[in-house]
Amino acid sequence: MTPPRFHRSRTVLLSTLSSLLLVTGVALAKDFRLLNVSYDPTRELYTEFNAAFARYWREKTGDTVVIQQSHGGSGKQARSVIDGLRADVVTLALAYDIDVIAERAKLLPADWQKQFPHNSAPYTSTIVFVVRKGNPKGIRDWGDLVKPGVSVITPNPKTSGGARWNYLAAWAWALREFHQDETRVREYVRQLFRNVPVLDIGARGSSTTFAQRGIGDVFLSWENEAHLLLKELGTDKLELVMPSLSLLAEPPVAVVERVTRKQGNEAVARAYLEYLYSEEGQDIVGKHFYRPRSEAAAAKYAAQFAPVKLVTIDEVFGGWQAAQKVHFAEGGVFDQITRR
Amino acid sequence: MRHLRQRSVLPGFGLTLGYSLLYLGLIVLIPLASTFLKTTTLSWSEFWAAVSSPRVVASYRLSFGASFLAGLVNCLAGLVVAWVLVRYEFWGKRLVDALVDLPFALPTAVAGIALTTLYARTGWIGAWLEPLGISVAFTPLGVFVALTFIGLPFVVRTVQPVLQDLEPELEEAAASLGANRWQTFRRILLPVLRPALLTGFALAFARALGEYGSVVFISGNMPMKTEITPLLIITKLEQYDYAGATALAAVMLVISFALLLAINLLHWWGSRHHAPA
Amino acid sequence: MNPTPRLSRTEGGSRRRATHDPRWMRALLVGAAFLFLGLFLFVPLASVFAHALAKGIGPYLETFQDPVTLSAIRLTLIAAAVAVPLNTLFGVCAAWAIAKFDFRGKQVLLTLIDLPFSVSPVISGLIYVLLFGAQGWLGPWLAERDLQIIFAIPGILLATLFVTFPFVARELIPLMQAQGRMEEEAAMVLGASGWKTWWRVTLPNIKWGLLYGIILCNARAMGEFGAVSVVSGHIRGQTNTLPLHVEILYNEYNAVAAFAVASLLTLLAVLTLALKSWVEGKQAASLAAASAATSP
Repeated sequence: MTPPRFHRSRTVLLSTLSSLLLVTGVALAKDFRLLNVSYDPTRELYTEFNAAFARYWREKTGDTVVIQQSHGGSGKQARSVIDGLRADVVTLALAYDIDVIAERAKLLPADWQKQFPHNSAPYTSTIVFVVRKGNPKGIRDWGDLVKPGVSVITPNPKTSGGARWNYLAAWAWALREFHQDETRVREYVRQLFRNVPVLDIGARGSSTTFAQRGIGDVFLSWENEAHLLLKELGTDKLELVMPSLSLLAEPPVAVVERVTRKQGNEAVARAYLEYLYSEEGQDIVGKHFYRPRSEAAAAKYAAQFAPVKLVTIDEVFGGWQAAQKVHFAEGGVFDQITRR
Repeated sequence: MRHLRQRSVLPGFGLTLGYSLLYLGLIVLIPLASTFLKTTTLSWSEFWAAVSSPRVVASYRLSFGASFLAGLVNCLAGLVVAWVLVRYEFWGKRLVDALVDLPFALPTAVAGIALTTLYARTGWIGAWLEPLGISVAFTPLGVFVALTFIGLPFVVRTVQPVLQDLEPELEEAAASLGANRWQTFRRILLPVLRPALLTGFALAFARALGEYGSVVFISGNMPMKTEITPLLIITKLEQYDYAGATALAAVMLVISFALLLAINLLHWWGSRHHAPA
Repeated sequence: MNPTPRLSRTEGGSRRRATHDPRWMRALLVGAAFLFLGLFLFVPLASVFAHALAKGIGPYLETFQDPVTLSAIRLTLIAAAVAVPLNTLFGVCAAWAIAKFDFRGKQVLLTLIDLPFSVSPVISGLIYVLLFGAQGWLGPWLAERDLQIIFAIPGILLATLFVTFPFVARELIPLMQAQGRMEEEAAMVLGASGWKTWWRVTLPNIKWGLLYGIILCNARAMGEFGAVSVVSGHIRGQTNTLPLHVEILYNEYNAVAAFAVASLLTLLAVLTLALKSWVEGKQAASLAAASAATSP
């Protein structure tokens, strides 16, 4: 009867030890929960990335991470975080939305863009045109959008971050085209929005309107959304057109420091976003049609990204804060040109 | 001091009224009051600017206009449906009777998605209407369709019980005095049905005014053209303009309250002037 | 379920002429009713199921094995399970106070009870954000105590409570007003306790109306979209109710799953309504029995 007794004493010893470890807080494996509050088009990207990160983190530390996702319009999501949605990390469409979180709710420092490389934007994207197969209206560049009889689909810049990129990209092109003549630029953008029959609330609403309801000749879209749309609905119906100039969109990510400090998951949250910059992270990014930062991934996915002249918000508009104030605030340029 | 209520042998007045008021206060009044409190952070001129900008006025026009038209159509159609359900026997009657309430129970997002899918030019109904030059989805007409759907049960459900309780003697007397069917309807039935029709209309109208979920899918949300007032509240929120959003909300709340008070007073007045035997 | 057939059976020729319309008119009106209901009701309903089953029964059923869908179902059931009993208790109390007693300000109280019905869902959600949001009136107090109301289950429950607030009360008040207070007064005079009077006299009189109100309240609790959407935070698998889940699936280009969940909600609604029309039948029968018993 000796072996069983020995066995039992060992079990007792082990369980005492492990409970001791638990009491002193040196548990063998921890469970972490992260809430990633993101915008609409990143659903597929983060579904795959979250699984990859959880695997990586378990291999590295033995801890399990469960990452929960919340998706919606970028502005709406920022507002939810300000109103108390406990996001550990935010991955939104534009820096302005995270600026507002920093400014209004003070959940992260004003210089949050220094948290990670490349202004905390691990991937970039741009604005492209999606047209019907064969491009029946011959749409090649921004100038074609204001031709009579061309119907343009974009979401509402007041409610959608992506739509603000669309609007500013058109503005940037017109500035170059009309040699900085503000009156003509304004007239161009007014004409453009006169050709818009439907302003959906979010980017996904617009792509449904264009692709499934069959409305419009051209859909202004995030590059990654455009690729996804082509993949989901078939390249036999739609095709992609790259304009001569577009904006470099840098969707930023940030750790919401005040929340993570409270939850005690600062390190995981940081590692999670850092992993976006790793080779595996960048590969997933490229796979979901975002332009990767790393050279290896950029080379691997080079074929799917047509070359285009890209300008930044900072160069053309002096940053998001200024652009927001001039164009989209109550009574701003967008309000003026859509009023008749 | 006189008592708040007349004497009664029944117990529980204090308890039930007290509890009702407490619960009403906690769930409805305090939260609603927060809207008005937030509005007071605006000066009068800021408030006026927020609730009377051209885009907002255009949205009132659409919200009130489409809700009014939808209420009117529901009045007519609701009367016909109620009449048919009470007076006639036909195949599928019980099913129809049960389904009339569906718009009330169906989530508005489902209604919005289903209606947009149907009435868009690629949809079952839109494909028929589009060649005739009628586009429904993404036009004010689409807003009207969604609001009609939402308000459908109300007139039917307020008129139905009145029609059921109607004494046949009234119509018989009219007929024996030589009135034809149409005269009987206009002179005898309509006056009796009028309060119920009005109530049903007001309920459908009030509900349509605030409707959001089903409308945003089908309306197209074009500034000055197809934006409803609840959407502008959301738009203001997206701009972090909480005070502006609550200013609009306060205007809508006052209108809702006034409408409902009017209905209740109408009932009260009606019951005083037609005191039960 | 309605008294008309009973009347027409006993009627003679002249009566029939007075209350019965010519055949062409009946056909016309029934046709008009079907056309209207068809365009606005049946076809949208049919399209939900058609889209849900567009790829066959397999993908349809698959939707309901997704843990995220299951958690949305669970949350919707929880919301209904909390909202319905609380609002029923309130409805009964309010109806007793309003129908059995006279007091000043009754019209205003009635209107306030009705108010949540006509408040825009957007506003119903917004008020709780203003109150419990991090920047709201109670936000700092809640944050200090680490309490989360909005973007968590309590917020969803509150929004559901608000939108379903009037239904039981609305159903009971007119019913109890019509029944008057004589029966209860008689019971009290004969020495029954208040509780016993309620249990033995009032409840049997209102039970079908009460059930009807509960069913309506439940239907609305499970179907609310706008208000809940404002306070939910849309965390997958955690704060999504079924109606919100429909929107999410739709936005993920997953039309089949979106319409499958929508069809589940539609089925719930239809089931509820079938139950409701059964209750109505019972109610009418019990009323008819009561009036038959009182009239010689």
